[in-house]
Amino acid sequence: MHDPKLATGTRNRRTAVVLSLVVVGMFGFGFAMVPLYDLICKVTGVQSVALRTGGERSEAVPMVAPDPNRWVTIKFDTTVAPSLPWEFEAGIHRVEVVPGEINEVVFLARNRSNSQVTGQAIPSVVPWQATPFFSKLECFCFNKQTLVGGERVEMPLRFMVSPDLPKGIESLTLSYNFMKLKPSQGGVAEPKVTANDQG
Amino acid sequence: MSTTTLTHDDAHHHETPTGWRRWLYSTNHKDIGTLYLLFALTMLFLGGASAMVIRAELFMPGIQLVDPDLYNNLVTNHALIMIFGAVMPAAAGLANWMIPMMIGAPDMALPRMNNLSFWILPAAATMLILSFVVPFFPGGGTQINTGWTLYPPLSIQVGMSMDFLIFAIHLLGASSILASINIIVTLLNMRAPGMKLMQMPMFCWTWLVTAFLLILVVPVLAGGVTMLLFDRHFGTSFFDAAGGGDPVLFQHLFWFFGHPEVYILLLPSIGVLSHVIPTFSRKPLFGYNSMVGAMLAVATIGMVVWAHHQYTVGMSLGAVTYFMIGTIIISIPVGLMIFNFIATMWRGAMTFETPMLFAIAIILMFTFGGLSGVMLAVVPADMQYHDSMFVVAHFHYVLMPGAVFGLFAGVFYWLPKWTGHMYDERLGKIFFWTNIVGFNITFFPQHFLGLAGMPRRIIDYNVMFTEFNVLSSFGAMIFGFSHLLLLYIVISTIRGGQKAKARAWEGADGLEWELDSPPTFHTWEVAPTIK
Ligand code: HEM
Ligand SMILES: [Cu+2]
Repeated sequence: MHDPKLATGTRNRRTAVVLSLVVVGMFGFGFAMVPLYDLICKVTGVQSVALRTGGERSEAVPMVAPDPNRWVTIKFDTTVAPSLPWEFEAGIHRVEVVPGEINEVVFLARNRSNSQVTGQAIPSVVPWQATPFFSKLECFCFNKQTLVGGERVEMPLRFMVSPDLPKGIESLTLSYNFMKLKPSQGGVAEPKVTANDQG
Repeated sequence: MSTTTLTHDDAHHHETPTGWRRWLYSTNHKDIGTLYLLFALTMLFLGGASAMVIRAELFMPGIQLVDPDLYNNLVTNHALIMIFGAVMPAAAGLANWMIPMMIGAPDMALPRMNNLSFWILPAAATMLILSFVVPFFPGGGTQINTGWTLYPPLSIQVGMSMDFLIFAIHLLGASSILASINIIVTLLNMRAPGMKLMQMPMFCWTWLVTAFLLILVVPVLAGGVTMLLFDRHFGTSFFDAAGGGDPVLFQHLFWFFGHPEVYILLLPSIGVLSHVIPTFSRKPLFGYNSMVGAMLAVATIGMVVWAHHQYTVGMSLGAVTYFMIGTIIISIPVGLMIFNFIATMWRGAMTFETPMLFAIAIILMFTFGGLSGVMLAVVPADMQYHDSMFVVAHFHYVLMPGAVFGLFAGVFYWLPKWTGHMYDERLGKIFFWTNIVGFNITFFPQHFLGLAGMPRRIIDYNVMFTEFNVLSSFGAMIFGFSHLLLLYIVISTIRGGQKAKARAWEGADGLEWELDSPPTFHTWEVAPTIK
């Protein structure tokens, strides 16, 4: 950049071009973060949504003897995406369970609209360190759910907390976020209600 | 002098263009600097007005003046106007005025681009203001209730005012990127023969680092809000979890910009202090080399600690530990800068003119804000403090002294140079005291509010927080109205006053003080020689 033989104008233009390339590069870097992000999360153990399984394991749970002297509090939390015209709530908001025992709770969903809508629940566990120790044996979140207009359903969840759950964790929260599926994702077409119309 | 831009200037060399053409077509760094500063002053009052409404609403618990969405819209707009409309353009105004005069250059390196980077701003400000007012018109959609951080999913659901805002951010970003390129090119290529990089005045150094930070992080913000725009209108799901995206990704992109941005706001004011403190201590700046080193360290480490704004999103223990340690490490070079300032004053023949009063107040209050920053950097503590008024108190204690008051100091310090008149020192001091006292009454109680659990960005609060909020709002009235005095001082100094000498302050050192006050329209057409 600093060649004294060059006229100032030429040097200025050169420097400006180099700097503009940096700007373009950083703009690209922002977009490169989209694929890199999941990769980085996987490497560093940060939980991105794409990696979050909420213990969605269908394989058989190792049969460990329940530990009757230990109680763990499970809290249930539900969120419905604004684009999904549903009500969705846990039938019970907290239960005390013994690690190693199988429990069942019921979630209630109702389609507030009068047309058929398909949604999918995405689970997550807090603290996230507990995720691998929370096994769902049967869950409405394994499949997409379709409700016709006004339909009301009870959706069961059968789960078990592994006795291997680290000792420090005495309470954990299972959170469901119910998303609307677009027709392209296997949802059923119905009158368009987008986030923007609602907003 | 063989460049096209310079030949163009040579054509109308000795007459100053007049009327609106002088300003609209200006390629003169002094005129553009003036435009930037006037623009920033206007925005300071707009942003201040929204802050006064916020504090008026918070005067009492309950909802009195505005509705919750409008309240959050005001909070959003206040932050964006102050950061992008007031502080950054004011700093750019100082850069335009001072850098060529300080390094002995006839003008900025790319004068026409300079014109463009200023004149984008009024358009951007219009967009920004529209994003605030559009919801009041029929069919205008909902208000921007996200705060300046624009987190999805909320920002995806906001009505069309968000599109105005995204466009405004693109324009503001383009303006500061162009200005930064210009400043870097000027500093690298246009220094007077013989002036080495390590001899540049410190203000130039701070701006060199600031400009590099800007071109590195503003494009990432631009990318982030572009993705937001795509998610809103073109069916992509960068941040929409329903479509496989991740809202936390936006937070990373935002804070990758957002944390370096705080240094972008801070550093030019550190540059001003590096001139004000030696001038009024009548000693050269202590530790020039360490100052440059500390600044480079702050900028480098500052690029990789962004996620201390996101401790609560559920990162792994390893990640939060890394971000915590990185953040705390930054306070070491920042502390070194403060140490250098104190050492510069040590046993100096100090006098206390308005710029110096601001400088001393900045050192005290900024250090205090840095301390609350270290508290926030500690993960388990931040789990409590996050999104509370404590954070609001922290960043006002660093940003007001660290950015705004530093710019005030610069304006008082260089006003005699720009206008040729001394400002009224008595009025300057009255402004200083009302401003500083008002500031502390406003923001000090917010530390306690935050620690006691009052959340930020919420219109209503528990009655147990009433007393401190009353106090804070009372201080805000003093603080807000004190700026009318600033306006008066600036206008009256432009219009007249005691004639300023070329070296307006007898302790001042540097090339800019060898020029007349006010300087002629073109300066340093023959580069000075550096001893
Ligand atoms: C010793 C240096 C500093 C440390 C350790 C520090 C640490 C932090 C941390 C951890 C937060 C996040 C708090 C939360 O949201 O829970 C924060 C917020 C913030 N800091 Fe600092 N900080 C420092 C200096 C500064 C400086 C110099 C500035 C600006 C000039 C600044 C401006 C801000 C702003 C604007 C926010 C709030 C952003 C928002 O959420 O809207 N900080 N700081
Ligand atoms: Cu930060």
